[in-house]
Amino acid sequence: MTRKISFSQAINEAMKLAMRKDENVILLGEDVAGGAAVDHLQDDEAWGGVMGVTKGLVQEFGRDRVLDTPIAEAGYIGASVTAAATGLRPIAELMFNDFIGSCLDEVMNQAAKLRYMFGGKAKVPLTIRTMHGAGFRAAAQHSQSLYALFTHIPGLKVVVPSTPADAKGLLLSSIFDDDPVIFFEDKTLYNMKGEVEEGFYTIPIGKADIKRKGSDLTIVAIGKQVHTALKAADMLVEKGLETEVIDPRSLSPLDEDTILSSVAKTGRLIVIDEANPRCSVATDISALVADKGFDYLDAPIKMITAPHCPVPFTPVLEDLYLPTPEKVLHAVAEMIGDESFVAV
Amino acid sequence: MTVMKSETKSITREKAKWMYEKMCEIRQFEDKVHEIFSKGVLPGFVHLYAGEEAVAVGICAHLDEKDYITSTHRGHGHCIAKGCDLNGMMAEIYGKATGLCKGKGGSMHIADVEKGMLGANGIVGGGFPLAVGAALTAKLKKTGAVAVCFFGDGANNHGTFHEGINLAAIWKLPVIFVAENNGYGEATPFEYASSCKNIADRAAAYNIPGEIVDGKDVVAVYEAAGRAIIRARNGEGPTLIECKTYRNYGHFEGDAQKYKTAEEKEKHAKELDAISKFRNYVLSKQLVTEKELEEIEGKVIEAVKNAVEFAEQSPFPQAEDLLKDVYVSYE
Repeated sequence: MTRKISFSQAINEAMKLAMRKDENVILLGEDVAGGAAVDHLQDDEAWGGVMGVTKGLVQEFGRDRVLDTPIAEAGYIGASVTAAATGLRPIAELMFNDFIGSCLDEVMNQAAKLRYMFGGKAKVPLTIRTMHGAGFRAAAQHSQSLYALFTHIPGLKVVVPSTPADAKGLLLSSIFDDDPVIFFEDKTLYNMKGEVEEGFYTIPIGKADIKRKGSDLTIVAIGKQVHTALKAADMLVEKGLETEVIDPRSLSPLDEDTILSSVAKTGRLIVIDEANPRCSVATDISALVADKGFDYLDAPIKMITAPHCPVPFTPVLEDLYLPTPEKVLHAVAEMIGDESFVAV
Repeated sequence: MTVMKSETKSITREKAKWMYEKMCEIRQFEDKVHEIFSKGVLPGFVHLYAGEEAVAVGICAHLDEKDYITSTHRGHGHCIAKGCDLNGMMAEIYGKATGLCKGKGGSMHIADVEKGMLGANGIVGGGFPLAVGAALTAKLKKTGAVAVCFFGDGANNHGTFHEGINLAAIWKLPVIFVAENNGYGEATPFEYASSCKNIADRAAAYNIPGEIVDGKDVVAVYEAAGRAIIRARNGEGPTLIECKTYRNYGHFEGDAQKYKTAEEKEKHAKELDAISKFRNYVLSKQLVTEKELEEIEGKVIEAVKNAVEFAEQSPFPQAEDLLKDVYVSYE
């Protein structure tokens, strides 16, 4: 049975199901319940996260399992690492991925490396949920997409869902995975609705999803940009091109086979990644195809990314920062060497 | 705040023998690593614990395998006091496949999670949140365990000191934060780097007890740890214990230690030496006989000699081990 729920509700539901299934699953972070130790506050009045994504969990599971933390990321993200290594299965919320600067050591040097440094004698079943993404008018320190930073680090898994159904199944996989997973949630997707199965289900980490089948062009798009790709694909139909849209869903591990098979079929690749362009997932996927799929290519690979600048506040500039379907059409025009292609 | 001196005869005969043996093991192990390192046999670099034995042993004398410790880059002493296998430790320092971490961690990451030893740590200040996390598990799963966070004076100026202790204090977690103030963070004197006179003074900011202990007096450390552990196990929250101590070797092997004076080195090696002091103590209290102490000393020399032989005869890891244990699963 499916029903339409939002991206935010799907994530909430995944956590609820995980916490019901396993009492070792706890949730901790800044105001994930909200208003701890405020006597007059009823649990149903508690925030449930700054965006309300964790709302209601404290009512069902209590404050021993839904822990409000001080605004001290190194402290509670670091604590989550060993809480995981000693028998719990924590979901730690790093409110905005931009705050990783305050706890990078705990993620990069502790969570990611513990197992390897200890010769396989430890496991760290930790999920760090974190918001990313521009378009929320949240300015430079609350808007970046930093998944490339984590994809670079061995020992971490990186998941970036684009739909409510994927978010639920992938979050459940992440929580019950025995390795540390960084789970990215685009804040501008929270209200997006989609059909989601009821009950417990998982989607394997490391398996891309072909969101649209096509034979003329492959677009690999990350997170919210999957929707940019799908809009562009609709527009390209009018130009006589059938586009295949691939959503990697996880960046580490990366489903190389699905990407390469698609490019083998279409001969053309565009990567849409709203992160900054240098040393990005876009360059990584492009390098993968240039290395292992060069013979498949009929045209140079195109990357549509943010420019090499921080996310601006003013809507006029922020809209320029992000990829758009129009930018995709321009890239296709360059690819096929026909400028008239984009003329309206 | 006063420096606590040993005040009771709280140590049993069996405990005294164990403590003497562990202190001797640490000293012997570190002196041996010092000797081997100078021959250029060992890869990488090592930070030796000799001189600080009373701290690790006085604290760990209260712990069993369900209890956790987090350690520092100077972690060999903590490992030994927490019951890690000497052969496995020495093999790890040699980078051998039989090491506690299969040669993947080395001196700075020796760990034995099954024994509650959550790892030496290459990051100064890395241990504070990690001890808090282990204590959170203990509290939520009601295991009765405590977590001890060993840290150096250098780490007391790190931001994680604040975040970790504050978190443990507000959640009343069973953590004992143990400062090993050996007077120098690398080559920089404690007095220069820290705005406080004593690390323990900082406990007041977290509304938790702070206690200063003579870190060369294993009995005093043992007694202070006992008080803190009772508090922790009773759900009363963390304690900060500052042990004033001294490292006999440099920050790392190869450090010429020009920042130390010859007089202080001499004084700590002889007059203030923790092992000699404890030896005299147990003899004067007639807890252990001279003969028994000599037996322990002989046994320790043998054990460390065997550890070196074990390490030297052990194989190195194979090429295929490079990619093992990065993940539990990665497909």
